[in-house]
Amino acid sequence: MSETALSSPPAREVIRARPSGFFSDMASVSSRALRLLPRDLEAIIPAMLIPLFFLVVTIGAIQNLAGDVISDIDYKAFQLPVAIMTAVTGMSRANALVIDISEGYFDRLLMTPVNRYALLLGLMVADFTLFVVMAIPVIALGFAIGVGFGATGVVGLVVFVLFGALWGLAFTGFPYAIALRTGNPGAVNSSFLLFFPFMFLTTAWVSRDVMTDWLAAITWFNPMTYALEGMRSLFSGWDGWALGRALLAIAVVGILAQSLAFRALRGRIRRG
Amino acid sequence: MRISHWSLVASLAVPSAISARGLRRTYGEVVAVDSLDLEVAAGEIYGFLGPNGAGKSTVVRMLCTLASMTAGSASVAGFDVATEGDQVRLSIGVALQDAALDGKLTGRETLTLQGRYYGLERGAIATRIEELAPLLEMDAIDRRVSTYSGGMKRRLDLAAALMHNPDVLFLDEPTTGLDPISRAVVWEQIRRLNRELGMTIFLTTQYLEEADALTHRVGILNEGRLVAEGAPDELKRTVGSDVVVARVAGDPEAAAAAIGKVPGVSHIEVYGNEVSAATGDGASVVSPVAVALSAAGVEVSDLSIHPTTLDDVFLELTGARIEVEE
Repeated sequence: MSETALSSPPAREVIRARPSGFFSDMASVSSRALRLLPRDLEAIIPAMLIPLFFLVVTIGAIQNLAGDVISDIDYKAFQLPVAIMTAVTGMSRANALVIDISEGYFDRLLMTPVNRYALLLGLMVADFTLFVVMAIPVIALGFAIGVGFGATGVVGLVVFVLFGALWGLAFTGFPYAIALRTGNPGAVNSSFLLFFPFMFLTTAWVSRDVMTDWLAAITWFNPMTYALEGMRSLFSGWDGWALGRALLAIAVVGILAQSLAFRALRGRIRRG
Repeated sequence: MRISHWSLVASLAVPSAISARGLRRTYGEVVAVDSLDLEVAAGEIYGFLGPNGAGKSTVVRMLCTLASMTAGSASVAGFDVATEGDQVRLSIGVALQDAALDGKLTGRETLTLQGRYYGLERGAIATRIEELAPLLEMDAIDRRVSTYSGGMKRRLDLAAALMHNPDVLFLDEPTTGLDPISRAVVWEQIRRLNRELGMTIFLTTQYLEEADALTHRVGILNEGRLVAEGAPDELKRTVGSDVVVARVAGDPEAAAAAIGKVPGVSHIEVYGNEVSAATGDGASVVSPVAVALSAAGVEVSDLSIHPTTLDDVFLELTGARIEVEE
Protein backbone atom coordinates (compact mmCIF):
# COMPACT_ATOMS: atom_id res chain seq x y z
CA MET A 1 0.00 0.00 0.00
CA SER A 2 1.41 3.37 -0.95
CA GLU A 3 2.36 6.01 1.58
CA THR A 4 0.82 8.89 -0.33
CA ALA A 5 -0.94 11.42 1.89
CA LEU A 6 -4.72 11.41 2.03
CA SER A 7 -4.96 15.16 2.00
CA SER A 8 -5.07 17.51 -0.94
CA PRO A 9 -1.73 19.18 -1.68
CA PRO A 10 -1.55 22.50 0.19
CA ALA A 11 -1.61 24.59 -3.02
CA ARG A 12 -4.99 23.14 -4.05
CA GLU A 13 -8.28 24.10 -2.57
CA VAL A 14 -9.45 21.56 -0.04
CA ILE A 15 -12.74 19.98 -1.06
CA ARG A 16 -15.41 20.64 1.56
CA ALA A 17 -18.98 19.59 2.23
CA ARG A 18 -21.79 21.94 1.39
CA PRO A 19 -25.57 21.68 1.69
CA SER A 20 -26.84 20.32 -1.60
CA GLY A 21 -30.53 21.12 -1.25
CA PHE A 22 -33.63 19.04 -0.81
CA PHE A 23 -34.07 17.88 -4.41
CA SER A 24 -30.42 16.99 -4.80
CA ASP A 25 -30.62 15.01 -1.55
CA MET A 26 -33.69 13.21 -2.82
CA ALA A 27 -31.94 12.48 -6.13
CA SER A 28 -28.94 11.03 -4.27
CA VAL A 29 -31.09 8.76 -2.13
CA SER A 30 -33.22 7.66 -5.06
CA SER A 31 -30.19 7.06 -7.28
CA ARG A 32 -28.94 4.49 -4.78
CA ALA A 33 -32.37 2.84 -4.53
CA LEU A 34 -32.74 2.76 -8.32
CA ARG A 35 -29.23 1.38 -8.74
CA LEU A 36 -30.07 -1.43 -6.34
CA LEU A 37 -33.35 -2.42 -8.01
CA PRO A 38 -31.75 -4.60 -10.71
CA ARG A 39 -29.54 -6.14 -7.99
CA ASP A 40 -32.63 -7.17 -6.06
CA LEU A 41 -34.41 -9.12 -8.78
CA GLU A 42 -35.16 -12.07 -6.50
CA ALA A 43 -37.63 -9.82 -4.69
CA ILE A 44 -39.03 -8.15 -7.79
CA ILE A 45 -39.54 -10.97 -10.32
CA PRO A 46 -42.07 -12.97 -8.24
CA ALA A 47 -44.01 -9.78 -7.61
CA MET A 48 -44.10 -9.22 -11.39
CA LEU A 49 -45.22 -12.75 -12.17
CA ILE A 50 -48.03 -13.08 -9.60
CA PRO A 51 -50.35 -10.46 -11.19
CA LEU A 52 -49.83 -12.01 -14.62
CA PHE A 53 -50.79 -15.39 -13.20
CA PHE A 54 -53.91 -14.06 -11.50
CA LEU A 55 -54.93 -12.09 -14.58
CA VAL A 56 -54.81 -15.19 -16.77
CA VAL A 57 -56.48 -17.48 -14.23
CA THR A 58 -59.25 -15.04 -13.29
CA ILE A 59 -60.13 -14.30 -16.89
CA GLY A 60 -60.00 -18.00 -17.72
CA ALA A 61 -62.34 -18.86 -14.84
CA ILE A 62 -64.90 -16.08 -15.02
CA GLN A 63 -64.93 -14.51 -18.48
CA ASN A 64 -67.50 -16.89 -19.95
CA LEU A 65 -69.83 -16.29 -17.02
CA ALA A 66 -69.37 -12.56 -17.13
CA GLY A 67 -71.21 -11.54 -20.30
CA ASP A 68 -72.84 -8.19 -19.63
CA VAL A 69 -73.91 -9.22 -16.15
CA ILE A 70 -70.75 -9.07 -14.07
CA SER A 71 -69.19 -6.06 -15.69
CA ASP A 72 -70.23 -3.26 -17.98
CA ILE A 73 -67.05 -3.55 -20.06
CA ASP A 74 -65.14 -6.47 -21.55
CA TYR A 75 -64.12 -8.67 -18.63
CA LYS A 76 -60.48 -8.77 -19.72
CA ALA A 77 -60.38 -4.97 -19.53
CA PHE A 78 -62.33 -5.15 -16.25
CA GLN A 79 -59.55 -7.29 -14.78
CA LEU A 80 -56.55 -5.34 -16.09
CA PRO A 81 -56.64 -2.65 -13.34
CA VAL A 82 -56.90 -5.43 -10.73
CA ALA A 83 -53.69 -6.96 -12.07
CA ILE A 84 -51.95 -3.58 -11.89
CA MET A 85 -53.15 -3.07 -8.32
CA THR A 86 -52.03 -6.60 -7.37
CA ALA A 87 -48.58 -5.78 -8.74
CA VAL A 88 -48.09 -2.49 -6.95
CA THR A 89 -50.01 -2.80 -3.67
CA GLY A 90 -47.59 -3.53 -0.85
CA MET A 91 -44.45 -3.37 -2.99
CA SER A 92 -41.83 -0.94 -1.70
CA ARG A 93 -38.22 -0.58 -0.64
CA ALA A 94 -39.35 -1.05 2.97
CA ASN A 95 -37.51 -4.36 3.29
CA ALA A 96 -34.37 -2.71 1.96
CA LEU A 97 -34.92 0.04 4.53
CA VAL A 98 -35.09 -2.56 7.31
CA ILE A 99 -31.77 -3.98 6.12
CA ASP A 100 -30.30 -0.47 6.10
CA ILE A 101 -31.50 0.01 9.67
CA SER A 102 -30.18 -3.32 10.93
CA GLU A 103 -26.82 -3.01 9.15
CA GLY A 104 -26.20 0.59 10.18
CA TYR A 105 -26.44 2.19 6.74
CA PHE A 106 -29.46 4.18 7.85
CA ASP A 107 -27.38 5.59 10.71
CA ARG A 108 -24.71 6.52 8.18
CA LEU A 109 -27.34 8.47 6.25
CA LEU A 110 -28.59 10.14 9.42
CA MET A 111 -25.07 11.39 10.15
CA THR A 112 -24.85 13.09 6.76
CA PRO A 113 -26.45 16.47 6.03
CA VAL A 114 -29.06 14.79 3.81
CA ASN A 115 -32.54 16.16 4.46
CA ARG A 116 -34.45 13.75 6.72
CA TYR A 117 -37.58 13.69 4.58
CA ALA A 118 -35.49 13.06 1.47
CA LEU A 119 -34.41 9.77 3.06
CA LEU A 120 -37.94 8.46 2.62
CA LEU A 121 -39.03 10.41 -0.44
CA GLY A 122 -35.93 9.24 -2.31
CA LEU A 123 -36.98 5.65 -1.76
CA MET A 124 -40.46 6.48 -2.98
CA VAL A 125 -39.07 7.86 -6.23
CA ALA A 126 -37.53 4.42 -6.78
CA ASP A 127 -40.84 2.79 -5.80
CA PHE A 128 -42.75 4.88 -8.31
CA THR A 129 -40.29 3.97 -11.04
CA LEU A 130 -40.60 0.31 -10.09
CA PHE A 131 -44.40 0.49 -10.23
CA VAL A 132 -44.30 1.90 -13.75
CA VAL A 133 -41.89 -0.85 -14.79
CA MET A 134 -44.07 -3.50 -13.14
CA ALA A 135 -47.09 -2.26 -15.07
CA ILE A 136 -45.37 -2.90 -18.40
CA PRO A 137 -45.70 -6.72 -18.51
CA VAL A 138 -49.28 -6.49 -17.26
CA ILE A 139 -50.19 -4.01 -19.99
CA ALA A 140 -48.31 -6.10 -22.55
CA LEU A 141 -50.30 -9.17 -21.55
CA GLY A 142 -53.47 -7.09 -21.72
CA PHE A 143 -52.66 -6.04 -25.27
CA ALA A 144 -51.81 -9.65 -26.14
CA ILE A 145 -55.26 -10.82 -25.04
CA GLY A 146 -57.03 -8.02 -26.85
CA VAL A 147 -57.48 -5.23 -24.31
CA GLY A 148 -57.12 -1.83 -25.92
CA PHE A 149 -57.37 1.86 -25.05
CA GLY A 150 -59.28 2.79 -28.20
CA ALA A 151 -61.53 5.28 -26.40
CA THR A 152 -58.77 7.29 -24.71
CA GLY A 153 -55.68 6.35 -26.72
CA VAL A 154 -52.09 6.64 -25.59
CA VAL A 155 -52.93 9.37 -23.11
CA GLY A 156 -55.49 7.04 -21.54
CA LEU A 157 -52.84 4.34 -21.28
CA VAL A 158 -50.43 6.76 -19.59
CA VAL A 159 -53.11 7.89 -17.14
CA PHE A 160 -54.00 4.25 -16.48
CA VAL A 161 -50.39 3.41 -15.53
CA LEU A 162 -50.04 6.66 -13.61
CA PHE A 163 -53.10 5.89 -11.46
CA GLY A 164 -51.78 2.41 -10.69
CA ALA A 165 -48.35 3.79 -9.77
CA LEU A 166 -49.89 6.55 -7.65
CA TRP A 167 -52.00 3.99 -5.80
CA GLY A 168 -48.88 1.90 -5.15
CA LEU A 169 -47.02 4.99 -4.00
CA ALA A 170 -49.82 5.98 -1.63
CA PHE A 171 -49.85 2.50 -0.15
CA THR A 172 -46.04 2.44 0.47
CA GLY A 173 -46.61 4.53 3.57
CA PHE A 174 -47.87 1.47 5.46
CA PRO A 175 -44.80 -0.76 5.00
CA TYR A 176 -42.45 2.19 5.52
CA ALA A 177 -44.22 3.10 8.75
CA ILE A 178 -43.85 -0.48 9.98
CA ALA A 179 -40.22 -0.66 8.84
CA LEU A 180 -39.26 2.54 10.62
CA ARG A 181 -41.22 1.76 13.75
CA THR A 182 -40.09 -1.85 14.18
CA GLY A 183 -36.96 -2.37 12.07
CA ASN A 184 -38.31 -5.89 11.69
CA PRO A 185 -38.51 -7.57 8.26
CA GLY A 186 -41.22 -9.98 9.43
CA ALA A 187 -43.42 -7.09 10.51
CA VAL A 188 -42.87 -5.37 7.18
CA ASN A 189 -43.91 -8.49 5.30
CA SER A 190 -47.04 -8.68 7.40
CA SER A 191 -48.10 -5.29 6.01
CA PHE A 192 -49.07 -7.30 2.93
CA LEU A 193 -52.08 -8.43 4.97
CA LEU A 194 -53.52 -4.95 4.40
CA PHE A 195 -53.69 -5.87 0.73
CA PHE A 196 -56.50 -8.39 1.33
CA PRO A 197 -59.26 -6.13 2.68
CA PHE A 198 -58.35 -3.45 0.18
CA MET A 199 -58.42 -5.92 -2.73
CA PHE A 200 -61.18 -8.35 -1.77
CA LEU A 201 -63.72 -5.97 -0.25
CA THR A 202 -64.10 -4.15 -3.51
CA THR A 203 -65.24 -4.54 -7.08
CA ALA A 204 -62.15 -6.47 -8.07
CA TRP A 205 -64.00 -9.45 -9.58
CA VAL A 206 -67.58 -8.36 -10.19
CA SER A 207 -69.42 -5.07 -10.42
CA ARG A 208 -71.34 -3.82 -7.42
CA ASP A 209 -74.72 -4.59 -9.07
CA VAL A 210 -74.31 -8.35 -8.77
CA MET A 211 -72.82 -8.45 -5.26
CA THR A 212 -74.68 -9.35 -2.11
CA ASP A 213 -75.96 -6.26 -0.36
CA TRP A 214 -73.54 -6.42 2.54
CA LEU A 215 -70.47 -6.66 0.30
CA ALA A 216 -71.77 -3.98 -2.03
CA ALA A 217 -72.26 -1.72 0.98
CA ILE A 218 -68.68 -2.25 2.13
CA THR A 219 -67.27 -1.44 -1.30
CA TRP A 220 -68.58 2.10 -0.96
CA PHE A 221 -66.12 2.63 1.89
CA ASN A 222 -63.13 1.05 0.19
CA PRO A 223 -60.97 3.61 -1.60
CA MET A 224 -59.66 0.95 -3.95
CA THR A 225 -63.16 0.67 -5.43
CA TYR A 226 -62.91 4.22 -6.73
CA ALA A 227 -59.34 3.74 -7.94
CA LEU A 228 -60.44 0.66 -9.92
CA GLU A 229 -63.52 2.39 -11.29
CA GLY A 230 -61.45 5.36 -12.40
CA MET A 231 -58.96 3.15 -14.19
CA ARG A 232 -61.73 1.09 -15.81
CA SER A 233 -63.43 4.23 -17.03
CA LEU A 234 -60.45 4.82 -19.33
CA PHE A 235 -61.59 1.89 -21.50
CA SER A 236 -64.90 3.65 -22.27
CA GLY A 237 -63.85 7.28 -22.68
CA TRP A 238 -62.92 10.29 -20.57
CA ASP A 239 -65.02 10.39 -17.42
CA GLY A 240 -63.90 13.29 -15.24
CA TRP A 241 -66.16 12.30 -12.33
CA ALA A 242 -64.75 8.74 -12.17
CA LEU A 243 -61.17 9.97 -12.53
CA GLY A 244 -61.65 12.67 -9.93
CA ARG A 245 -63.07 10.21 -7.42
CA ALA A 246 -60.17 7.86 -8.13
CA LEU A 247 -57.63 10.60 -7.50
CA LEU A 248 -59.40 11.60 -4.31
CA ALA A 249 -59.43 7.99 -3.07
CA ILE A 250 -55.71 7.65 -3.80
CA ALA A 251 -55.07 10.94 -2.02
CA VAL A 252 -56.97 9.80 1.07
CA VAL A 253 -54.98 6.56 1.29
CA GLY A 254 -51.77 8.46 0.56
CA ILE A 255 -52.31 11.08 3.23
CA LEU A 256 -53.17 8.45 5.84
CA ALA A 257 -50.33 6.05 5.00
CA GLN A 258 -47.66 8.66 4.41
CA SER A 259 -48.57 10.49 7.61
CA LEU A 260 -47.89 7.27 9.47
CA ALA A 261 -44.61 6.77 7.60
CA PHE A 262 -43.25 10.26 8.23
CA ARG A 263 -44.37 10.13 11.82
CA ALA A 264 -42.46 6.87 12.22
CA LEU A 265 -39.42 8.48 10.57
CA ARG A 266 -39.49 11.39 13.01
CA GLY A 267 -39.90 8.92 15.89
CA ARG A 268 -36.89 6.88 14.80
CA ILE A 269 -34.73 9.97 14.42
CA ARG A 270 -35.83 11.23 17.83
CA ARG A 271 -35.17 7.88 19.54
CA GLY A 272 -31.67 7.70 18.06
CA MET B 1 3.90 17.81 37.56
CA ARG B 2 4.56 18.44 33.85
CA ILE B 3 1.44 19.38 31.90
CA SER B 4 1.19 18.32 28.27
CA HIS B 5 0.72 20.84 25.48
CA TRP B 6 -2.78 19.51 24.73
CA SER B 7 -3.88 19.57 28.37
CA LEU B 8 -2.80 23.19 28.44
CA VAL B 9 -4.56 24.00 25.16
CA ALA B 10 -7.74 22.37 26.40
CA SER B 11 -7.65 24.44 29.57
CA LEU B 12 -7.09 27.76 27.80
CA ALA B 13 -9.59 29.84 25.89
CA VAL B 14 -8.69 28.14 22.61
CA PRO B 15 -11.71 27.37 20.39
CA SER B 16 -12.92 23.87 21.13
CA ALA B 17 -13.65 21.45 18.34
CA ILE B 18 -15.77 19.45 20.76
CA SER B 19 -17.29 20.71 23.96
CA ALA B 20 -19.76 19.01 26.28
CA ARG B 21 -21.28 20.02 29.59
CA GLY B 22 -23.17 17.67 31.85
CA LEU B 23 -23.85 15.23 29.05
CA ARG B 24 -26.24 12.49 30.12
CA ARG B 25 -28.05 9.73 28.29
CA THR B 26 -30.36 7.19 29.82
CA TYR B 27 -32.16 4.23 28.29
CA GLY B 28 -35.08 3.65 30.61
CA GLU B 29 -33.56 3.03 34.03
CA VAL B 30 -30.08 2.44 32.61
CA VAL B 31 -27.70 5.39 32.75
CA ALA B 32 -25.36 5.00 29.78
CA VAL B 33 -23.54 8.32 30.14
CA ASP B 34 -23.62 10.56 33.18
CA SER B 35 -22.47 14.13 33.87
CA LEU B 36 -19.82 14.13 31.18
CA ASP B 37 -17.79 17.30 30.68
CA LEU B 38 -15.45 17.35 27.73
CA GLU B 39 -13.19 19.83 25.93
CA VAL B 40 -11.32 18.76 22.82
CA ALA B 41 -9.18 21.43 21.17
CA ALA B 42 -9.11 21.96 17.42
CA GLY B 43 -6.36 19.82 15.89
CA GLU B 44 -6.19 17.41 18.80
CA ILE B 45 -6.40 13.63 18.71
CA TYR B 46 -8.50 12.73 21.71
CA GLY B 47 -9.01 9.13 22.75
CA PHE B 48 -11.87 7.71 24.75
CA LEU B 49 -10.64 4.62 26.52
CA GLY B 50 -12.82 2.19 28.36
CA PRO B 51 -14.15 -1.34 28.44
CA ASN B 52 -17.13 -2.52 26.44
CA GLY B 53 -20.32 -0.99 27.79
CA ALA B 54 -18.53 2.00 29.33
CA GLY B 55 -20.62 4.42 27.24
CA LYS B 56 -18.01 5.38 24.63
CA SER B 57 -20.21 4.68 21.61
CA THR B 58 -23.17 6.44 23.20
CA VAL B 59 -21.09 9.60 23.60
CA VAL B 60 -20.04 9.42 19.95
CA ARG B 61 -23.65 8.89 18.84
CA MET B 62 -24.78 11.94 20.81
CA LEU B 63 -21.98 14.14 19.49
CA CYS B 64 -22.74 13.02 15.92
CA THR B 65 -26.44 13.97 16.33
CA LEU B 66 -27.45 10.32 15.99
CA ALA B 67 -28.78 10.03 19.54
CA SER B 68 -30.44 12.73 21.55
CA MET B 69 -29.13 13.86 24.92
CA THR B 70 -31.22 13.20 28.00
CA ALA B 71 -29.56 16.20 29.65
CA GLY B 72 -26.64 18.53 29.13
CA SER B 73 -25.34 20.38 26.11
CA ALA B 74 -22.66 19.86 23.51
CA SER B 75 -21.13 21.59 20.55
CA VAL B 76 -19.05 20.20 17.71
CA ALA B 77 -17.03 22.38 15.32
CA GLY B 78 -18.62 25.38 17.01
CA PHE B 79 -22.21 24.28 16.38
CA ASP B 80 -24.74 23.25 18.98
CA VAL B 81 -25.48 19.55 18.65
CA ALA B 82 -29.11 19.91 19.73
CA THR B 83 -30.11 22.97 17.70
CA GLU B 84 -27.65 23.13 14.79
CA GLY B 85 -27.59 19.50 13.76
CA ASP B 86 -27.34 20.24 10.03
CA GLN B 87 -24.21 22.36 10.54
CA VAL B 88 -22.70 19.71 12.82
CA ARG B 89 -23.32 17.02 10.22
CA LEU B 90 -21.67 19.12 7.50
CA SER B 91 -18.57 19.46 9.67
CA ILE B 92 -18.04 15.89 10.81
CA GLY B 93 -17.01 12.55 9.39
CA VAL B 94 -17.94 9.40 11.24
CA ALA B 95 -16.86 5.78 11.10
CA LEU B 96 -18.86 3.81 13.61
CA GLN B 97 -17.86 0.57 15.30
CA ASP B 98 -19.46 -1.64 12.66
CA ALA B 99 -18.64 -0.61 9.11
CA ALA B 100 -22.01 0.63 7.87
CA LEU B 101 -21.78 -0.31 4.22
CA ASP B 102 -24.18 -1.60 1.62
CA GLY B 103 -22.84 -4.92 0.37
CA LYS B 104 -24.68 -4.58 -2.92
CA LEU B 105 -22.82 -1.40 -3.87
CA THR B 106 -19.26 -1.35 -5.15
CA GLY B 107 -16.55 0.52 -3.28
CA ARG B 108 -16.60 3.31 -5.87
CA GLU B 109 -20.39 3.61 -5.71
CA THR B 110 -20.21 3.80 -1.93
CA LEU B 111 -17.74 6.68 -2.05
CA THR B 112 -19.55 8.44 -4.90
CA LEU B 113 -22.84 8.35 -3.03
CA GLN B 114 -21.16 9.51 0.15
CA GLY B 115 -19.71 12.45 -1.77
CA ARG B 116 -23.14 13.30 -3.16
CA TYR B 117 -24.67 13.23 0.31
CA TYR B 118 -22.17 15.99 1.20
CA GLY B 119 -22.93 18.05 -1.89
CA LEU B 120 -19.70 17.29 -3.77
CA GLU B 121 -19.69 17.66 -7.55
CA ARG B 122 -18.74 14.80 -9.84
CA GLY B 123 -15.20 16.14 -10.40
CA ALA B 124 -14.62 16.69 -6.69
CA ILE B 125 -15.77 13.15 -5.96
CA ALA B 126 -13.33 11.71 -8.49
CA THR B 127 -10.54 13.82 -7.01
CA ARG B 128 -11.32 12.68 -3.48
CA ILE B 129 -11.42 9.02 -4.49
CA GLU B 130 -8.01 9.49 -6.05
CA GLU B 131 -6.71 11.21 -2.91
CA LEU B 132 -8.10 8.47 -0.70
CA ALA B 133 -6.48 5.73 -2.77
CA PRO B 134 -3.77 5.00 -0.15
CA LEU B 135 -6.50 3.85 2.20
CA LEU B 136 -8.27 1.74 -0.38
CA GLU B 137 -7.40 -1.25 -2.46
CA MET B 138 -7.98 0.34 -5.82
CA ASP B 139 -7.99 -2.94 -7.69
CA ALA B 140 -11.07 -3.91 -5.67
CA ILE B 141 -12.85 -0.57 -5.81
CA ASP B 142 -15.24 -1.66 -8.55
CA ARG B 143 -16.12 -4.89 -6.77
CA ARG B 144 -19.20 -5.23 -4.62
CA VAL B 145 -18.53 -4.51 -0.96
CA SER B 146 -20.00 -7.89 0.00
CA THR B 147 -16.83 -9.48 -1.44
CA TYR B 148 -14.50 -7.37 0.75
CA SER B 149 -12.63 -8.69 3.78
CA GLY B 150 -13.34 -7.17 7.20
CA GLY B 151 -10.22 -5.01 7.00
CA MET B 152 -11.09 -3.73 3.53
CA LYS B 153 -14.59 -2.82 4.72
CA ARG B 154 -13.23 -0.86 7.69
CA ARG B 155 -10.84 1.07 5.48
CA LEU B 156 -13.59 1.80 2.93
CA ASP B 157 -15.78 2.97 5.80
CA LEU B 158 -12.99 5.30 6.96
CA ALA B 159 -12.49 6.57 3.41
CA ALA B 160 -16.23 7.29 3.16
CA ALA B 161 -16.03 9.28 6.40
CA LEU B 162 -13.21 11.35 4.87
CA MET B 163 -14.79 12.07 1.47
CA HIS B 164 -15.66 15.66 2.38
CA ASN B 165 -12.51 16.49 4.42
CA PRO B 166 -14.42 16.92 7.69
CA ASP B 167 -13.20 19.33 10.37
CA VAL B 168 -13.83 16.75 13.07
CA LEU B 169 -13.50 13.02 12.55
CA PHE B 170 -15.19 10.57 14.90
CA LEU B 171 -13.83 7.05 14.90
CA ASP B 172 -15.61 4.52 17.06
CA GLU B 173 -13.16 1.70 17.71
CA PRO B 174 -11.58 2.10 14.28
CA THR B 175 -9.28 -0.89 14.50
CA THR B 176 -11.34 -3.42 16.43
CA GLY B 177 -11.17 -6.71 14.59
CA LEU B 178 -8.48 -5.57 12.16
CA ASP B 179 -5.37 -7.59 11.41
CA PRO B 180 -2.08 -5.98 12.52
CA ILE B 181 -1.22 -4.74 9.03
CA SER B 182 -4.59 -3.05 8.49
CA ARG B 183 -4.34 -1.63 12.00
CA ALA B 184 -0.95 -0.10 11.20
CA VAL B 185 -2.34 1.42 7.98
CA VAL B 186 -5.25 3.00 9.83
CA TRP B 187 -2.95 4.35 12.56
CA GLU B 188 -0.66 5.89 9.98
CA GLN B 189 -3.53 7.56 8.16
CA ILE B 190 -4.99 8.93 11.37
CA ARG B 191 -1.63 10.52 12.18
CA ARG B 192 -1.34 11.93 8.65
CA LEU B 193 -4.84 13.43 8.70
CA ASN B 194 -4.10 15.14 11.96
CA ARG B 195 -0.62 16.27 10.99
CA GLU B 196 -1.29 17.43 7.44
CA LEU B 197 -4.88 18.69 7.59
CA GLY B 198 -4.99 19.60 11.26
CA MET B 199 -8.11 17.47 11.52
CA THR B 200 -9.52 17.04 15.02
CA ILE B 201 -9.93 13.34 15.70
CA PHE B 202 -12.06 11.87 18.44
CA LEU B 203 -11.58 8.15 18.69
CA THR B 204 -12.84 5.52 21.04
CA THR B 205 -10.83 2.45 21.70
CA GLN B 206 -10.47 -0.45 24.04
CA TYR B 207 -6.85 -0.95 22.95
CA LEU B 208 -4.43 0.60 25.39
CA GLU B 209 -1.56 0.67 22.93
CA GLU B 210 -3.79 2.47 20.43
CA ALA B 211 -4.66 5.20 22.89
CA ASP B 212 -1.01 5.39 23.93
CA ALA B 213 0.36 5.56 20.41
CA LEU B 214 -2.16 7.82 18.70
CA THR B 215 -3.72 10.26 21.08
CA HIS B 216 -2.60 13.57 22.49
CA ARG B 217 -5.00 13.15 25.39
CA VAL B 218 -7.07 10.32 26.75
CA GLY B 219 -10.31 10.31 28.67
CA ILE B 220 -10.92 7.16 30.66
CA LEU B 221 -14.58 6.25 30.78
CA ASN B 222 -16.07 3.76 33.18
CA GLU B 223 -19.76 3.04 33.67
CA GLY B 224 -20.70 6.21 31.81
CA ARG B 225 -18.46 8.53 33.82
CA LEU B 226 -15.18 10.16 32.95
CA VAL B 227 -12.85 8.93 35.69
CA ALA B 228 -9.61 10.48 34.45
CA GLU B 229 -8.34 12.65 31.65
CA GLY B 230 -4.93 13.75 30.46
CA ALA B 231 -2.02 12.95 28.22
CA PRO B 232 -1.21 9.22 28.38
CA ASP B 233 2.17 9.90 30.02
CA GLU B 234 0.62 12.25 32.58
CA LEU B 235 -1.93 9.62 33.55
CA LYS B 236 0.70 6.92 33.84
CA ARG B 237 2.88 9.11 36.01
CA THR B 238 0.04 9.38 38.52
CA VAL B 239 0.46 5.66 39.15
CA GLY B 240 4.25 5.37 38.97
CA SER B 241 6.87 4.56 36.39
CA ASP B 242 6.83 0.77 36.89
CA VAL B 243 4.38 -1.83 38.04
CA VAL B 244 5.34 -5.03 39.84
CA VAL B 245 2.84 -7.81 39.20
CA ALA B 246 2.68 -11.00 41.26
CA ARG B 247 0.44 -13.87 40.25
CA VAL B 248 -0.18 -15.92 43.34
CA ALA B 249 -1.51 -19.40 43.90
CA GLY B 250 -2.64 -18.65 47.47
CA ASP B 251 -4.55 -15.83 49.11
CA PRO B 252 -4.09 -12.61 47.05
CA GLU B 253 -5.15 -10.42 49.99
CA ALA B 254 -2.32 -11.87 52.09
CA ALA B 255 0.05 -11.22 49.20
CA ALA B 256 -1.19 -7.63 48.93
CA ALA B 257 -0.60 -7.12 52.66
CA ALA B 258 2.94 -8.50 52.34
CA ILE B 259 3.77 -6.36 49.31
CA GLY B 260 2.33 -3.29 51.04
CA LYS B 261 5.02 -3.50 53.70
CA VAL B 262 7.83 -3.21 51.13
CA PRO B 263 9.31 0.31 51.06
CA GLY B 264 8.88 2.16 47.73
CA VAL B 265 5.66 0.55 46.56
CA SER B 266 2.26 2.18 46.39
CA HIS B 267 -1.15 1.81 44.74
CA ILE B 268 -1.56 -1.86 45.52
CA GLU B 269 -4.42 -3.46 43.60
CA VAL B 270 -5.83 -6.98 43.68
CA TYR B 271 -7.49 -8.30 40.54
CA GLY B 272 -8.31 -11.99 40.62
CA ASN B 273 -5.18 -13.89 41.55
CA GLU B 274 -3.03 -10.96 40.48
CA VAL B 275 -1.57 -8.38 42.82
CA SER B 276 0.00 -5.29 41.30
CA ALA B 277 1.95 -2.52 42.97
CA ALA B 278 3.22 0.72 41.46
CA THR B 279 6.72 1.89 42.13
CA GLY B 280 9.17 4.52 40.96
CA ASP B 281 11.88 1.94 40.41
CA GLY B 282 10.76 -1.60 39.62
CA ALA B 283 14.23 -3.10 39.44
CA SER B 284 15.10 -2.13 43.00
CA VAL B 285 11.88 -3.35 44.63
CA VAL B 286 11.29 -6.66 42.85
CA SER B 287 13.69 -8.58 45.10
CA PRO B 288 12.24 -7.19 48.36
CA VAL B 289 8.75 -8.02 47.02
CA ALA B 290 9.82 -11.62 46.35
CA VAL B 291 11.34 -11.89 49.84
CA ALA B 292 8.22 -10.39 51.47
CA LEU B 293 5.92 -12.83 49.65
CA SER B 294 8.14 -15.75 50.59
CA ALA B 295 8.24 -14.63 54.24
CA ALA B 296 4.44 -14.38 54.26
CA GLY B 297 4.20 -17.93 52.95
CA VAL B 298 2.45 -16.87 49.72
CA GLU B 299 3.05 -19.19 46.80
CA VAL B 300 3.96 -17.11 43.74
CA SER B 301 3.50 -18.48 40.24
CA ASP B 302 4.85 -15.46 38.42
CA LEU B 303 6.55 -12.20 39.35
CA SER B 304 7.20 -9.53 36.74
CA ILE B 305 7.90 -5.83 36.25
CA HIS B 306 6.59 -3.73 33.38
CA PRO B 307 6.42 -0.03 32.63
CA THR B 308 3.13 1.53 33.70
CA THR B 309 0.36 1.23 31.08
CA LEU B 310 -3.00 2.89 30.75
CA ASP B 311 -4.49 -0.40 31.88
CA ASP B 312 -2.69 0.07 35.19
CA VAL B 313 -4.19 3.55 35.38
CA PHE B 314 -7.61 2.07 34.71
CA LEU B 315 -7.04 -0.59 37.36
CA GLU B 316 -5.97 2.05 39.84
CA LEU B 317 -9.04 4.16 39.13
CA THR B 318 -11.70 1.50 38.86
CA GLY B 319 -10.34 -1.67 40.44
CA ALA B 320 -10.89 -3.54 37.16
CA ARG B 321 -8.93 -4.22 34.03
CA ILE B 322 -10.06 -3.39 30.52
CA GLU B 323 -11.15 -6.67 29.02
CA VAL B 324 -10.60 -6.45 25.29
CA GLU B 325 -13.19 -8.19 23.15
CA GLU B 326 -12.49 -8.80 19.48
